[in-house]
Amino acid sequence: MADAYESLTDHEDDARWAYGTGFSDPLAGVDTTVPSGIDHEDLAAYCLMLGDDALIMSHRLQQWVTRAPETEDELAIANIALDLLGQARLLLSRAAFVSGSGDEDSLAYLRPASQFRNVNLAARADADFAHLVARLLMFSSWRLALFDRLTGAADPVLSAIAAKGVKELTYHRDYAAQWVLRLGDGTEISRGRMRAAVGDLLGGSLVDELFAVHEVEERLAGVAVSPGGVKEEVLSVWGQVMRAATLAEGVGTTAPAGGRPPPGPPPPPPGGGGHDCAGGAFARAGSAFPRAGWA
Amino acid sequence: MINHEWPLFEVFVRAKRGLNHVHVGSLRAADHEMALHHARDLYTRRNEGVSIWVVRSDQVASSSAEDKQAFFEPSGDKVYRHPTYYTIPGSVPHI
Repeated sequence: MADAYESLTDHEDDARWAYGTGFSDPLAGVDTTVPSGIDHEDLAAYCLMLGDDALIMSHRLQQWVTRAPETEDELAIANIALDLLGQARLLLSRAAFVSGSGDEDSLAYLRPASQFRNVNLAARADADFAHLVARLLMFSSWRLALFDRLTGAADPVLSAIAAKGVKELTYHRDYAAQWVLRLGDGTEISRGRMRAAVGDLLGGSLVDELFAVHEVEERLAGVAVSPGGVKEEVLSVWGQVMRAATLAEGVGTTAPAGGRPPPGPPPPPPGGGGHDCAGGAFARAGSAFPRAGWA
Repeated sequence: MINHEWPLFEVFVRAKRGLNHVHVGSLRAADHEMALHHARDLYTRRNEGVSIWVVRSDQVASSSAEDKQAFFEPSGDKVYRHPTYYTIPGSVPHI
């Protein structure tokens, strides 16, 4: 007989625990066999591309641990890094399974830098906190648009990974957008730093690379999402936040409005030293061997 | 001198549908919106919550230690106010 008290609380876990215990496996019940008609090599390569984006972005975020401006934000950044590491683990595992060789660890730790497939935006070293949140906004809204469509992918594992990722990325975007608004529409110093960050990120070829269609993505119709197809949506999200943050005009300049330099020490140059303590290897992994150059 | 410290907020988390919000700790944030974000990241990352309240700590009125005798001790000998003469079913949770 149903207990009257049981109905007061959720059923899925033991009522003795006041806090949640019901963790779920995102791949529970998912058929892991590769559907027929999908090229194994291409699918593995695609999973590697998506996985490396998350792995490298996660690493860059982890570099902020012990360096964040407030302990609360440090936790937030570490949480986001962990979410992305979780996505990377699933995707690298899928790549290893589909290709039939290695595992997530061998892919994460034992590949030479030249074999990483991440976009350069994920590897860009952060000059300061403004640069970090601007980069996170761009990265998470781009990835969210891809994952949103990927939930309908013909590979059930990719689809399940995307379904889990969408919720995480929505929060990442929310967190980043909140900070871009605060800093962009904040003080003279915060505004100057935010402008410099956005200028650095939009100035080069980082954005073009996000929306360039790779040949693997072309061949995997029905599985892969064409990044060209999400461009309009992503640019519209960025534009909305930038306008609200009063950053829309003057993007690309590195100094705050007005000729006088801001009080206090000048911000470090974008892409330069700053907080970056282990930039060497990853910077090379990203920039010297971009995804677009992969044959 | 500018005070660079963000104000303190108290955080209350409701662990499950049907339970009360329970005080779990405090944090610093610039405003309520940021406090909710931080509370989510600090206090619900192990699946602890379904709802969060944040309240600025300086908005909380509290009883003082000097009032202890008049506030709390009069109830000390009123044993009949406790449901100790009932047998509580073993399956009643969260007592």
